[in-house]
Amino acid sequence: MKNRKHLVASLLVAFILAGCAGDKAVKPAAGDKDAVPTQTTPAGGEFGPSGAALSDREKQKRADLLSQRRVHFAFDSSAIDTEGRAIVEAHAAHLVANPQLRLTLEGNCDERGTREYNLALGERRAQAVERLMKVLGVAGNRIKTVSYGEEKPLCQEHNESCWRQNRRAEIAY
Amino acid sequence: MRRFDAKKFILLLTLLWPTFAHAILTIEITRGVDVGTPIAIVPFGWEGPVQLPQNISDVIEADLARSGRFAVLPRRDFVSLPHEDKDVVFKDWRILKAEALVIGSVRQVAPGKYQVQFRLYDVFKGSQITGFRYTIGSEMLRSVAHQISDIIYEKITGEPGAFNTRIAYVTKEEPPGVKPIYKLQVADSDGVNPQTVVRSPEPLLSPAWSPEGNRLAYVSFEDKRSKIYIQNLIDGRRDLVAEYTGINGAPAWSPDGGSLAMALSRDGNAEIYTMHLGSRSLRRMTYDQAIDTEPAWSPDGRDIVFTSDRAGTPQIYRMSASGGPAERLTFDGDYNARAAYAADGKSISLVSRNQGGFRIAVLRLDNRTMQVLTETVLDESPSFAPNGRMIIYATEVRGRGVLASVSADGRVRQLFKLEEGDVREPAWSPYNRELQYKE
Repeated sequence: MKNRKHLVASLLVAFILAGCAGDKAVKPAAGDKDAVPTQTTPAGGEFGPSGAALSDREKQKRADLLSQRRVHFAFDSSAIDTEGRAIVEAHAAHLVANPQLRLTLEGNCDERGTREYNLALGERRAQAVERLMKVLGVAGNRIKTVSYGEEKPLCQEHNESCWRQNRRAEIAY
Repeated sequence: MRRFDAKKFILLLTLLWPTFAHAILTIEITRGVDVGTPIAIVPFGWEGPVQLPQNISDVIEADLARSGRFAVLPRRDFVSLPHEDKDVVFKDWRILKAEALVIGSVRQVAPGKYQVQFRLYDVFKGSQITGFRYTIGSEMLRSVAHQISDIIYEKITGEPGAFNTRIAYVTKEEPPGVKPIYKLQVADSDGVNPQTVVRSPEPLLSPAWSPEGNRLAYVSFEDKRSKIYIQNLIDGRRDLVAEYTGINGAPAWSPDGGSLAMALSRDGNAEIYTMHLGSRSLRRMTYDQAIDTEPAWSPDGRDIVFTSDRAGTPQIYRMSASGGPAERLTFDGDYNARAAYAADGKSISLVSRNQGGFRIAVLRLDNRTMQVLTETVLDESPSFAPNGRMIIYATEVRGRGVLASVSADGRVRQLFKLEEGDVREPAWSPYNRELQYKE
């Protein structure tokens, strides 16, 4: 929770420093400790590694990506697809810009297959995200990984749409 | 094939033992053999001032009916109710087409002490097959009933029974609006006498019986990550044996009870290790970038089978328990995992993806043929009964986790259900040798 406060605070700071509240900007409620950036809150500032000014559209895209905390995977796979890569890149950039932040990557699987294999597969998913973050410049000692295997499903139904939601690595600050 | 009417055979154990109504597993037969041996079980004689704490003949009758190998004849058709050898008239039983007959009696010999005797007859030959007498405390009445079932089963089918055994399993209760509760429980093989070994707000998995049947190794997430514990079932004492960095999972006992094989990722990715329990020293068994997990020791202690995706998909491999290269055992399909040996070491049960579903299969190790035993789609955690004739596993029925068992030839099936919540991760105990009280 403390880390999440940091995130919100840093986003707010970035937002204020940017000083360019768009006409649709919704200011996150002060004191809302659990607030996380959402798609309707263009709270992203210029935290890109280059520090170069970004267009409004790019900022919005960054904020959208940063609001996403889940990287999804195909069955029995730990390969990160284009969509997942974009999410990891946004978080990595944010982490590089905010060196005080630490995070936990939680690997999860769908219910199919065996529990112990899924425990190992969940770890491999978390490690895949960790590896990409390290490549993108995040120091390894800021990242913790944990696997819940198939034990923490988000969705309880027995169909592909549910299974896809459950095959995930969660980025938790 | 004659199919048993499941409803007819629902054994509402909850009604018989209401004290355990919330936790008890009810069992139904979903498929039996073509023709079970017709057997008559005469209610055991009892001359005591009060009702016996357990009705032995009822327990035997339920065991044998549940096995799917017997046609238990209805008591209302019996023309005589003998308790002693001298009262048996074989003609009475030939009329009913009974092939086997069981009689017996219970006598109180001291306060809380009982003498149970029974005889099993071949009705056609008109002769006794076997008979035993037991002197026991009241707490052993059910156990003796299961032992008698085991003897009858073995004498009639030619295969050892496994009624006097226990099963361990994990339940998950999730009352609306409340955090889930996980319990590791142990019950008799008929689902009766459930005892909670551990309860936790976080997941529990992979219970494994020690070879003597007095300890369980399991994985608990109570510290928000997987760690391996060993718990003594007699005194409740608990040891944390593995909390290395990364995952700590898939505990499996060596046949001598002195070591535990497990999957750890302390060196980066999931590998098989063995731990000597006396010294707690670890030995790494596999060296591979792939996932290596779910080890199981062969009954002779020589080999370890395990799951690995080193060839791209999870498959079963076998290596020497003293280390060395691994040999791939499964080649059918793109998912074969969680191998467990039958007690004779000649076959392994596993989870196999087959026509889109995850099913229970048995692989014969001599000719490497695999037989798929189930038709449901989310089957997992197969565990052999110590007689090697039944496999208990977890599956899903109408959105709920249930246990099921299937005979190793696929002919007999049972379903174990909880009234509420999910039940999963079954493990069948070894024979309980302490409970042999035959005379």
